[in-house]
Amino acid sequence: MRKWIQCLTAFAILFAAPTLTMAQEREGPLRIEITEGVIEPLPYAIPDMVAETAQSEDLARQISRVIAADLSGTGLFREIPRNAHIARVTNFSSPVQFADWKAINAQALITGGVSVDGSGRLVVRFRLHDVFAGEDIGDGLQLVGTTDGWRRIAHKVADQVYSRLTGEDPYFDSRVVFVAETGPKNARQKQIGIMDYDGENVVYLTGSNSIVLAPRFSPSGNNLLYTSFESGFPKIYLLNIGNLSQQELRTPQGEMSFSPRFGPDGQTVVYSLTSGGNTDLYALNIANGQGQRLTAAPSIETAPSFSPDGSRIVFESDRSGSPQLYIMSSKGGDAQRISFGQGRYGTPVWSPRGDLIAFTKQSKGRFHIGVMRTDGSEERLLTASFLDEGPTWSPNGRVIMFTRETQGAGGRAALHSVDITGRNLRQVPTNTGASDPSWSPLLQ
Amino acid sequence: MKVLLRATFVIAGIALSACTSAERFNNDGTGGAGTGTASGIAGGAQDPTSPLFFQQSIGDRVLFEVDQSTLTPDSQFVLNGQADWLNSNPEYTAILEGHADEQGTREYNLALGARRANAVLGHLVSKGVSADRMRVISYGKERPLEICSDETCYSKNRRAVTVLSAAPSS
Repeated sequence: MRKWIQCLTAFAILFAAPTLTMAQEREGPLRIEITEGVIEPLPYAIPDMVAETAQSEDLARQISRVIAADLSGTGLFREIPRNAHIARVTNFSSPVQFADWKAINAQALITGGVSVDGSGRLVVRFRLHDVFAGEDIGDGLQLVGTTDGWRRIAHKVADQVYSRLTGEDPYFDSRVVFVAETGPKNARQKQIGIMDYDGENVVYLTGSNSIVLAPRFSPSGNNLLYTSFESGFPKIYLLNIGNLSQQELRTPQGEMSFSPRFGPDGQTVVYSLTSGGNTDLYALNIANGQGQRLTAAPSIETAPSFSPDGSRIVFESDRSGSPQLYIMSSKGGDAQRISFGQGRYGTPVWSPRGDLIAFTKQSKGRFHIGVMRTDGSEERLLTASFLDEGPTWSPNGRVIMFTRETQGAGGRAALHSVDITGRNLRQVPTNTGASDPSWSPLLQ
Repeated sequence: MKVLLRATFVIAGIALSACTSAERFNNDGTGGAGTGTASGIAGGAQDPTSPLFFQQSIGDRVLFEVDQSTLTPDSQFVLNGQADWLNSNPEYTAILEGHADEQGTREYNLALGARRANAVLGHLVSKGVSADRMRVISYGKERPLEICSDETCYSKNRRAVTVLSAAPSS
């Protein structure tokens, strides 16, 4: 895996298309403004990429389909079905017949060529076209990797298209760690899995002999923190995703440690420690082993999450009598309550952009995923169900993934995602039950 | 990716062979708590020194109100009986399990379960049971006893269970 990633960065090169330098005639580039909310998805076409070598036909078709799934999956773009296409693209280098794409009202067109070179490497080239302006959007791009890694290349192409059309940072080339769940509700078996953001390429990182909870990515995406009952009692473990080496976090004495989260430096960990039945927040530097107690209250303090600059922590506490959200300095000290709506608030997570806090809210017997500004204003509930909890942010802060569990004896947990506008609620496909997602940073 | 898969099998193998005594307690207490005795412990329900008597006649669990860890008078009565039994049978140790219903987040429920288990611990210690013989654990909402999604089940899931073991506390 790692070897392939190196290949990708080493060989991802821009090739400037000579036709790209023409002056633009429209007022601005083709752009979909999602901050203002999109009602009509932007129609686009993606004919199967051209297979330029004999072995690349299947890959060309599959890569095109994954790109389309990524783009249409955002709810911001609508693919024009391939059976409506008039033009056929048989040569990646030939001029695009814009009139044929205009006729079916494709605003954006993605063309590409796929080949497998002499040393077995997969080479994907693509261009993004503004059909009505009759010009390209950005440079053509070539990506090189292994044929096994074709999905990642497809996600990278889709990321380019998404960024060029929305002006937003991308997020498709990312992964999610989660808890895979099997078995009945009163004897559920749990193990930690990792998969692509779209539910593909699942690999299990732990066995299912012990209860495991809430894995959390490090900022590099190379390590996880999670809680496991494998010693018989809940403890936090640090897991290296590359070699699967694992170590228990050295925390002060207590009944249990749980709810860990990395700081942006990748070394500071905040977590909950329970001692004498009382749960407080602690910090630990995993590089030098130095620890610090952050709260000392008889109430429950848990679910801490750092601000992106590392200066503050948002967390959940029932010091007021019911669980609410608070923000304090990452060194501890006074905390300011930020949640004031009706209901109970938990699992706050700071957006990677820094502007919003996602949370779980319980009100009138229903659960919601919501967002609010860091001062608690502009609270918006994005979802509602019997049990929604545990939000995690996409690397670009546009999408939230969370756990939704269905009601009753046959209740089952599944991952869902929703745009921060509250639109485009979707289930993330998984073979087993799934809970506690944590979204990685964009892969390198 | 192949390397990763192979390594996963190794880890799984290690986990299989690393079964601690604490995990045995868990199985007794969470799978079908109240339905059997810990393995290797003799004695029928009529024998007042038996764990079965402890479970069935004294009662091995107490229940809690929503979000609460306060012991009701009924609960205190049960725990007084547990304390008497533990004081008369010093060869036993106990794991005190705290549980929550499924209303509430995973983290909060873990912390709440710990509060409940500690409320039991505090009461048993106040009745003369040595704290060294007991250890608390919270399962939060991870191991419900009843699996429906209404108050009839929730009220039984908001519990603290005293799980006995004859094994020496090492």
